[in-house]
Amino acid sequence: MTTERVRELNLDYEQKYGFADPEAFLHKSPKGLSHETVEMISRFKAEPDWMREFRHRALDTFLAKPLPHWGNQELLGAIDFADIHYYVRSTEESVNDWDDVPENIKRTFTRLGIPAAEQKFLAGVTAQYDSEVVYHSIRKDLEAMGVVFTDMDSGLAKHADVVRRYWASVIPPDDNKFAALNSAVWSGGSFIYVPRGVKVEIPLQAYFRINTQNMGQFERTLIIADEGASVHYIEGCTAPVYTTNSLHAAVVELIALPGARIRYTTIQNWSNNVYNLVTKRAHAHRDAVVEWVDGNLGSKLTMKYPAIYLLGERAHGEVLSIAYAGTGQHQDAGAKMIHAAPNTSSRIISKSISKDAGRAGYRGMIKVQRDCPGCRTSVECDALLIGSAARTDTYPTMEIAENDVRVEHEARVSKLGDEQLFYLQSRGLSADQARLMIVNGFIEPFVRELPMEYAVEMNRLIELEMEGSVG
Amino acid sequence: MSDTREQIREDQILLECRGVHVYVEDKEIVKGVDLQVRAGQKAALMGPNGSGKSTFAAALMGHPAYRVEGEITLCGDDLTGLAPDERARRGLFLGFQYPVAVPGVTVASFLRAALSARLGRDVPVREFREQLFAAFDMLGVPKDFAGRYLNDGFSGGEKKRLEIMQMLLLQPRVALLDETDSGLDIDALKVVSAGINRAADPQTGVLIVTHYQRILAYIQPDVVHVFMDGRIVRSGGPSLALELEARGYDWLAEPVAASGSAAAKGKMS
Repeated sequence: MTTERVRELNLDYEQKYGFADPEAFLHKSPKGLSHETVEMISRFKAEPDWMREFRHRALDTFLAKPLPHWGNQELLGAIDFADIHYYVRSTEESVNDWDDVPENIKRTFTRLGIPAAEQKFLAGVTAQYDSEVVYHSIRKDLEAMGVVFTDMDSGLAKHADVVRRYWASVIPPDDNKFAALNSAVWSGGSFIYVPRGVKVEIPLQAYFRINTQNMGQFERTLIIADEGASVHYIEGCTAPVYTTNSLHAAVVELIALPGARIRYTTIQNWSNNVYNLVTKRAHAHRDAVVEWVDGNLGSKLTMKYPAIYLLGERAHGEVLSIAYAGTGQHQDAGAKMIHAAPNTSSRIISKSISKDAGRAGYRGMIKVQRDCPGCRTSVECDALLIGSAARTDTYPTMEIAENDVRVEHEARVSKLGDEQLFYLQSRGLSADQARLMIVNGFIEPFVRELPMEYAVEMNRLIELEMEGSVG
Repeated sequence: MSDTREQIREDQILLECRGVHVYVEDKEIVKGVDLQVRAGQKAALMGPNGSGKSTFAAALMGHPAYRVEGEITLCGDDLTGLAPDERARRGLFLGFQYPVAVPGVTVASFLRAALSARLGRDVPVREFREQLFAAFDMLGVPKDFAGRYLNDGFSGGEKKRLEIMQMLLLQPRVALLDETDSGLDIDALKVVSAGINRAADPQTGVLIVTHYQRILAYIQPDVVHVFMDGRIVRSGGPSLALELEARGYDWLAEPVAASGSAAAKGKMS
């Protein structure tokens, strides 16, 4: 994209799109992706020039880049990029009719005990779920500490300098096709800045101010923890999120400055028509700690490999992930750790459950660069298969360019076994009870890292998923 | 519990097997066993390795890998065709030779689920804790055992103690204890034996499956059955165990082997 072309586009903009009154006008972009769409989105949001130009450049990158040549080629090849509205204003996104929401999703809502108003929100029938009251008091406490916690659009408008400084510094648009797509058409997401030395004690949850923009298709999240600061952010929820928009391509960038600590917890439970293709990456500077706690339950295809670049001495990174794939689902999950400084350490624990014809796996990369002595890394992949048609794949990659390192890798595949079932049944537990107990035990290392209410919901959800399974 | 202890008279037949055959795929492992276990009885089922006695015990519990022919009843109820959990809820218990690990599931949560299943009602936490810690004390197990994952990383002795603890907690009508003495040092053996003796009250039957006489020094059996090549070849009083200790199994094997080889010869000729 050249600046000329942007200018050209700008010339007839008013006449063509009538942006005199954007509030009243743009609700939804036409289907398909073009520079016009990108220009329209940026104009509508009244973004600074640098962001508009960034979007146009990213679109060129997106158009030039091929789809990943690895992963589930069949499913990836089926994405029709021309058949998507790339921008939908939040009030207009609630296009679903409650009657059209699939019965199984409604049933799960009921059985999880989710209030009616929230059910409608999660099903995309209403655009807002009003939890502003809860959020309000928390927000006041945060403001007093100088913590910024806002949606990305407001972040860009009110904290332009910080946003511009760190924007795309961790994930440049040319990283991959879907990061480029997000960079071109992003909308919604969260912006968090925690000042030097501030420790945020309660987890910040997107849930507090949940609206369709947070859970949009192309949300963009940027979190910066300044020196010595710490923060825990939680996105998503365990209840199924139903959407007719089938492509979700988010970008999440974390920056942990020296001595800072960031934990980012995700529970993803998209409905099973969704492609969930997300790029998540963190920079951990000297003595910083970054942890991704990543749970993937829903979607048709998930491709997600949270990454941590350990850039400063003694930085530590952890990824703890769980993926659950039932019939018709492919969870291609994993992690990446790049050791780019001496004495850095990392740990990956990846657990996956494949049930019936589901497919889940681990795809991971560990890199230790040259002249980075004293690094330690351990990878533990644990796959549980339920049923004879279930499938798991493990693709570990290690590139170690340094001698003085300690690397541990452990991979296990187990079938939900007859001997475990027989043992538990011989103590009076029914076959269903026994299966559920084994699966809950398997995911326990993940669940115990979740805040209580999430842990409880997660266990209930697994219980629903396990019902009537034929081990 | 569905069965009431008061209704059980001492010496009443609790577990009865008639003409039991057990097959793994098409291979016959247990070749026609008649056996009774009575209330208040401590019976020993002794035999060399590979004689099929563990298979027999697992088949009685309803292991899905085995096909069983013949009659098995517990307190008069027909067990054949019932799933293992249904047998357990009726009061049958199997102490495993190799207890299975279930990572992520704590001993306490597992035992509470098992006790609730056995009693047919949700056991309140407080009631459960009292019973659990009483059983812990009995077996000299520290309280932090409750929070460990079921058999995960347990030593052989810890696993066996947990098996006996489960028996004490679940109060079965008949307990089948498969090689409970294997892998135990002498102190652990004493503790485990004390637990078994405690469980073996006048309303309960215990069948100790073992190929050593060792444990029988601590648990006096009322009756000893010798199990060889899928059959009970001899039954007798406590002195039979001592005789096995002194003479081994071979003297009992001879008639079986002789008839086997005679049959083979017959075939060849």
